Amino acid sequence: MNRLQRTLISLFCACVALWLVAPTLVIVPISFAEKKSLAFPPDGFSLQWYANLIQSPDWSGSILNSLKIAVIVSVVATVIGTLAAMGITRMKAGSGGVVRAILITPMIVPGVVLAIGIYAVYLDHQLVGTLTGYVLAHSMLAIPFVIIAVGANLAVFDARLETAAASLGASRLVTFFTVTLPLIGPGILSGLLFAFVTSFDEVIVALFINSPRMKTLPVQIYSSMTRDSDPTVAAVGSLMFALTTLTIAAALWIGTRRRRS
Amino acid sequence: MRNLFSIGRHPVWLTVPSLLLLLVALGYPLAQVVLRSFTDPAIGLDNYVWFFSRPVNLTVFWRTFEVAGWVTILCLVLGYPYAWMMTAVGPRMRLLLILCVLVPFWVSGVVRTLAWVILLQDSGVINRGLVALGFEKVRLIRTPLGVIIGMTQVLLPFMIMPLYAVMRSIDLRLVQAARSLGARPTLAFVQIYLPLSLPGVFGGAIIVFILGLGFYITPALLGGPRATMLSTLAQQQVLQQLNWGRGGAMGVILLVSTLVLLAVAARFTRRRYQITGGSK
Repeated sequence: MNRLQRTLISLFCACVALWLVAPTLVIVPISFAEKKSLAFPPDGFSLQWYANLIQSPDWSGSILNSLKIAVIVSVVATVIGTLAAMGITRMKAGSGGVVRAILITPMIVPGVVLAIGIYAVYLDHQLVGTLTGYVLAHSMLAIPFVIIAVGANLAVFDARLETAAASLGASRLVTFFTVTLPLIGPGILSGLLFAFVTSFDEVIVALFINSPRMKTLPVQIYSSMTRDSDPTVAAVGSLMFALTTLTIAAALWIGTRRRRS
Repeated sequence: MRNLFSIGRHPVWLTVPSLLLLLVALGYPLAQVVLRSFTDPAIGLDNYVWFFSRPVNLTVFWRTFEVAGWVTILCLVLGYPYAWMMTAVGPRMRLLLILCVLVPFWVSGVVRTLAWVILLQDSGVINRGLVALGFEKVRLIRTPLGVIIGMTQVLLPFMIMPLYAVMRSIDLRLVQAARSLGARPTLAFVQIYLPLSLPGVFGGAIIVFILGLGFYITPALLGGPRATMLSTLAQQQVLQQLNWGRGGAMGVILLVSTLVLLAVAARFTRRRYQITGGSK
């Protein structure tokens, strides 16, 4: 490949990178707008929309709901998902593959189909707008991510280490907590993170099963966007964007440092 | 405690909690959707006959496939060179390119769609730029074009990641060997590199197309009546018309389309591997 071609492709990739990241950045200036409008570029400067996030019970309530649900979901999905991943790796290849394929299905079923079905079931069993209802649905959606993350880690895990621990007299529980858990820790951690984000960002099922008493943040953002031009959505979006970028940058930085040392 | 230990000897028990959760939160609800599509309001195929006899529904049905198809093609065109670049640069640059893919992947789709609503609105940045350059305003929001632009950006990371995973493992010495035997760069690419990267192309395309078919948020917020997709139509039937049968039938049609597509893809990739002798 000659120099000109390489420069052209580099330029093209720079544009793609810009296209991936830049559009989302327009929400940052809008979150500081003075007037209640989503026009870009905004006029003036104020922090009122950030203050609104804390003061308005609609916003602060939905943020707390989403955090509460996502924390419970990440614990539930990680625990039972990790168990399942360990079960699958210990089963025979054929039956393990079948169980794995079944447990991955939440990823391929279109969201709206699931949402209609879950709404129908929840209406019959008074689960609409309840914590239990959200946790059940979101844990189911998060399980595939935990199984994939932990499964990938178990695939490179040397099972003979467990046998070695057992032959030295360690019980199953001691082996699990002192040998297995530390070695598959990174996989469990990334599964936990995936589960948290899956629940925190989930919108379509939540749109069906929310109630005025219990709404999640994505539903609040969605209904605010369809109702009026309130820059509070930009404020919450900017906060989420900043938190996400910092988390990923930190993870990548730690990752490269660990590899070097 | 003895029971707890014996669980470890029968690994299938470890998967029971997850399978139970799936049965309650996925199996039972899906069964309800299928059941209602055949029984609500009366037993029979009425809801399906209704769906396929209304031109409006068929327009939406084809539009859903058309939009998902365009999004897949655009993601491939944008993602292929990008993924290749990720394998060809130094570690620092690679980290930056990875960050540019991961950040949008983790930022909520609702937030990213919000940004597109702001950019694409009739008095938005893009239209004012066009006017300033002497062009006419283009209707972007509430059109299929606007939906395609937004969805391509939201789904691009799902194309780049499988492509990168495959390209990273391609042995570049094969390309060098072809070049040293006299192949021109284009020929070496078409004959060696492209075929080796095809599993990534198929993987990424299937993921993007399937996610695109069932996409809800971006079409619902960026599209309007002229850009409705199947998911939005099904949601309206259930939440606005309270017509569970028709909404369910649309859901089943969407689900079956997805499953047929996956089955065809699985078959296709398997055959390809047989032809190439399973590569490794």
